[in-house]
Amino acid sequence: MNILWIAIGLLLGAAVLLGVTRMVIGPSILDRALSVDVLLASALTGIGAYAAFHRDPTVLPTLLVLSLLGFIGSISIAKFVARRPEEHVATPTEPPAPAPAPEEGGSS
Amino acid sequence: MSDQVVAVLDWIAILCLLAGALLSLVAGVGLIRFPDLLSRMHTAAKPQVLGLLLVLVGIGIRLIPEETNVFNIGTLILVGLFQVVTVPVAGHIAARVAYRTGRVHADLIVRDELAERLAAKRRADGGGGPPETRA
Repeated sequence: MNILWIAIGLLLGAAVLLGVTRMVIGPSILDRALSVDVLLASALTGIGAYAAFHRDPTVLPTLLVLSLLGFIGSISIAKFVARRPEEHVATPTEPPAPAPAPEEGGSS
Repeated sequence: MSDQVVAVLDWIAILCLLAGALLSLVAGVGLIRFPDLLSRMHTAAKPQVLGLLLVLVGIGIRLIPEETNVFNIGTLILVGLFQVVTVPVAGHIAARVAYRTGRVHADLIVRDELAERLAAKRRADGGGGPPETRA
């Protein structure tokens, strides 16, 4: 049974590595926010695996705090991006547009 | 509680935990491999939440032979409830912001019903005035 616990740890580590990779190469800030969300859920899973391995219920309130923190973080990042739509023009994935289309301005 | 029952419960718990970790890995792989923000959002929302719920079930089963406190199980249920309620909201808002600020690749969308709706609304408004792009 011990090897299964090691396998759980390895799977979670691989998931975190993939999430960090997406956070490094993510083209826009929303991708990075999304990968932070995935990283946080992986952390939740890891702390839960710790609690299950040691039969230790003292870390369960941490899970509660983290699950609410991830929600607040991603919502605030999304709202922050919505405030400044001009950043979209500067993203390197797109060819240099001659002028921003009229649909892109006007965020109140 | 006899030892055999505890062993069976432990095996069920560890299988739940293993499935949860596997689903976390699936979410990470999808985060790398999918080409678009919207499809990445799909993999960040669904397998991740299912994996977390499986892990919570595993913790609950694993904590049963120990002194069972009502607050522990209540905390687990609350965590699962918060995840199920908040993750779709966060994904929806992120997708909405991505669409409204033009970060969605139009060639990766099979059918864009929101654009049709917006065009119809713009025509119904008479075409005058600035288009509504509130995010």
